[in-house]
Amino acid sequence: MTWRIPANRHGEPRWAHGSAPISPELAGKNPYRYTSDGAYADADPDFQLWLRRVVDHGWGAPSWPVEYGGGGLSARQGAIINEEMINAGAFHPNRTYGEMMLGPTLLEFADEVQKRRFIPPIARGEVRWCQGFSEPGAGSDLASLQTKCIDDGDHWIVNGQKIWTSGANHADWCFCLVRTDTTRKQGGISFLLIDMKSAGVEARPITLISGTTHFCEVFFSDVRVPKENMIGGVNQGWSVAKRLLQFERGSLASGRAEEAPLGPIARKHVGVDSQGRIADADLRMRVIQNDMRLRAYEQSLRRTRAEVKAGTGPGVPVSALKNLGAGLSQERAELMIEILGQRGLGWEGDAFTPEELEATRNWLHSKAYSIYGGSYEVQNNITAKRVLGLPSA
Amino acid sequence: MAVLTEEQNLLRDAAEAWAQERSPLGALRKIRANGDGLGFDAQAFAEMAEMGWAGIVVPEEFGGADFGFHSMGVVLEQLGRTLTASPLIVSSLAAATGLKRAGSAALKQAWLPKIAAGEAIVTLAIDEGVRHNPAATELRAKKSGAGFKLSGVKRPVLFGMAAHAAIIAARTSGEPGDEAGITLFLAPTDAAKLSRAPLIEIEARGAAAYDFGGVTLGPEAVLGAVDEGGPLLERMLDCACAGLAAQMLGSASAAFEITLAYLKTRKQFGQLIGAFQALQHRASVLLGELELTRSAVESALDALDADAPETHELASLAKALAGDTFRRVAGEMIQMHGGIGMTDEHDAGLFLKRARIDDMSFGGAGYHRERYGRLAGY
Ligand SMILES: Cc1cc2nc3c(=O)[nH]c(=O)nc-3n(C[C@H](O)[C@H](O)[C@H](O)COP(=O)(O)OP(=O)(O)OC[C@H]3O[C@@H](n4cnc5c(N)ncnc54)[C@H](O)[C@@H]3O)c2cc1C
Repeated sequence: MTWRIPANRHGEPRWAHGSAPISPELAGKNPYRYTSDGAYADADPDFQLWLRRVVDHGWGAPSWPVEYGGGGLSARQGAIINEEMINAGAFHPNRTYGEMMLGPTLLEFADEVQKRRFIPPIARGEVRWCQGFSEPGAGSDLASLQTKCIDDGDHWIVNGQKIWTSGANHADWCFCLVRTDTTRKQGGISFLLIDMKSAGVEARPITLISGTTHFCEVFFSDVRVPKENMIGGVNQGWSVAKRLLQFERGSLASGRAEEAPLGPIARKHVGVDSQGRIADADLRMRVIQNDMRLRAYEQSLRRTRAEVKAGTGPGVPVSALKNLGAGLSQERAELMIEILGQRGLGWEGDAFTPEELEATRNWLHSKAYSIYGGSYEVQNNITAKRVLGLPSA
Repeated sequence: MAVLTEEQNLLRDAAEAWAQERSPLGALRKIRANGDGLGFDAQAFAEMAEMGWAGIVVPEEFGGADFGFHSMGVVLEQLGRTLTASPLIVSSLAAATGLKRAGSAALKQAWLPKIAAGEAIVTLAIDEGVRHNPAATELRAKKSGAGFKLSGVKRPVLFGMAAHAAIIAARTSGEPGDEAGITLFLAPTDAAKLSRAPLIEIEARGAAAYDFGGVTLGPEAVLGAVDEGGPLLERMLDCACAGLAAQMLGSASAAFEITLAYLKTRKQFGQLIGAFQALQHRASVLLGELELTRSAVESALDALDADAPETHELASLAKALAGDTFRRVAGEMIQMHGGIGMTDEHDAGLFLKRARIDDMSFGGAGYHRERYGRLAGY
């Protein structure tokens, strides 16, 4: 079965507006919740239905090769599908850690057997992955990680602790960075796929300021992992991880544009003055400013895609895009709370609408945008050194 | 960089080479020194016209290239990199567009070929008060026989001392503050009873004050329809804003690159100052702002070319972002250069002054945020 994709005026595939087969109930919901919180995703039948429809259509991973379960489309077409879903008020339901980060990495670094085993279930949205990179002593300085991985014949034996592992308590598998050589920093790291059901794996949830509990510490105690689960070879994990982090930054950078303009929401909640303007003049100007910059940010995403496609340049560097997108979203979340006023301060209960509660939680959660995926400061370091060529101290 | 056509690439390369060679950064100092009040180098402008840049948006039948707004923006960006001063934006972009869209056959024939050839400069006489606000136009044009009698003052009129003619926004009905009731006239600057005086400003834009002490114009001077100049004026200003934003993007990019080079050569505390993280992060933030601005500028130029419904919004977006970004980059340029940046001999001051002048021209960032908000229903 294939759906017809009508062409837009640029000759690119496009869904006719409103023809996307989505559940309207998904409109306005925060895609990040579904990506990071497996329990939340499982509990929402609208989301599950949408996921099945998209996957059955072959668009679970639209631009991956067909032989690994992908849709075989170009990256450009994949991006258009994403955009059209957003325009239709939905979002791509399979934008998981597996699809955004691991899959593309495996396509580049895994051997043929590993590709055939691990990639198709990701494309079908069947296996949930978590990212076991950060450790208590290794955050921004990720390469200082200590989780021990020792050779035991046909298995590896893993001991150590990961932290801030999003979704680990609902994940089937974990892609992990482990230390296979203690004498070299980056050169002693390996990239290992670990079944979360293995004996000796324990995920303990940590409650975030937003009240969610999908965030975990993960402990590995003498966990036996088959040799064939290592990607890219022993001590070769840092290159694999760096590539994966690029995919992560890229997806975080492009994932920020899906937000609806704040103007109508502000008009509704704050009211309008005699000239029909948002009644609070100071708030109005800040809302306008955020909306304008968000528009320029969306233009930047489009320009970047166009330049990359035409081969005329790299577009906007991902490290700059990530900070711009994160900053705008955080500002937007702050503005939203301000717009809702006293109704933006609710925590739970029927006295607040679900949208109000969602806005509050979203505001709290937004503080993480400039921490994960490489913090604001780390992105600026990357821009300074790699893009601007500024010297090291 | 945008995805340009082959011809646009050639145009950009030509403009870049010309600006570096014939109109390098320091050229502005000569204009300042010679004090003729024109605000630009007439010889340099003649060369630009020879290259065809004065006719980029002029239709071919009037001697132009009809090559579109994005192409004009490509040239302006390169000229902005060396702070080249020229009346291209007012005359060859805004006034030419106004004439093209609404001029009578006679007006077109009289002015468009000369604009395209760089033989005439047609400027805009719009602003009156301390702030750009076309709806606040007070200058009156009263019916007088078959024609109109104009009284009032326009200032600043950019490149007003050099201009051969001006498109004047005058009130023919309603009150200052009304968007309706404005009529556009095209008048030669040697019209009787028009007196001009140069304004000596911080930087070259050839500003002048025009005093219309009863200037009489015939009905043939009306551009478009009486009382209905508003929408045409907005379109001309959109062109000016998008073009100026492109030029500002070039200026801001150059200021940033000069600063970056300094961070890689100046040493203090035994190391290059570019190794200090405080400066690195500020430089990284500026890069992001420049990228956002570039996207906004290119989108606005494309919207003009496509005559897209969101052109007003996108022109304001580009001008607001360009104003914020250029001023910020110029301020950082001085700060990151330390004492040397404060000296008249260094170029940083030229960028700082230009940033302020450009931001104020055709409405500052605040004006354009307000306009964007109004258009978007905020
Ligand atoms: C919601 C959320 C979800 C996450 N999900 C995952 C996940 O699924 N898997 C995973 O592995 N990790 C995850 N993380 C962890 C995340 O990647 C780390 O928090 C991040 O790398 C920062 O590390 P840290 O928390 O140890 O902070 P630190 O590295 O200790 O940083 C503390 C502060 O110092 C600054 N800093 C550090 N180094 C420098 C420097 N060189 N220059 C200037 N400033 C610096 C930082 O920017 C920050 O402001 C998640 C984090 C959050 C908040």
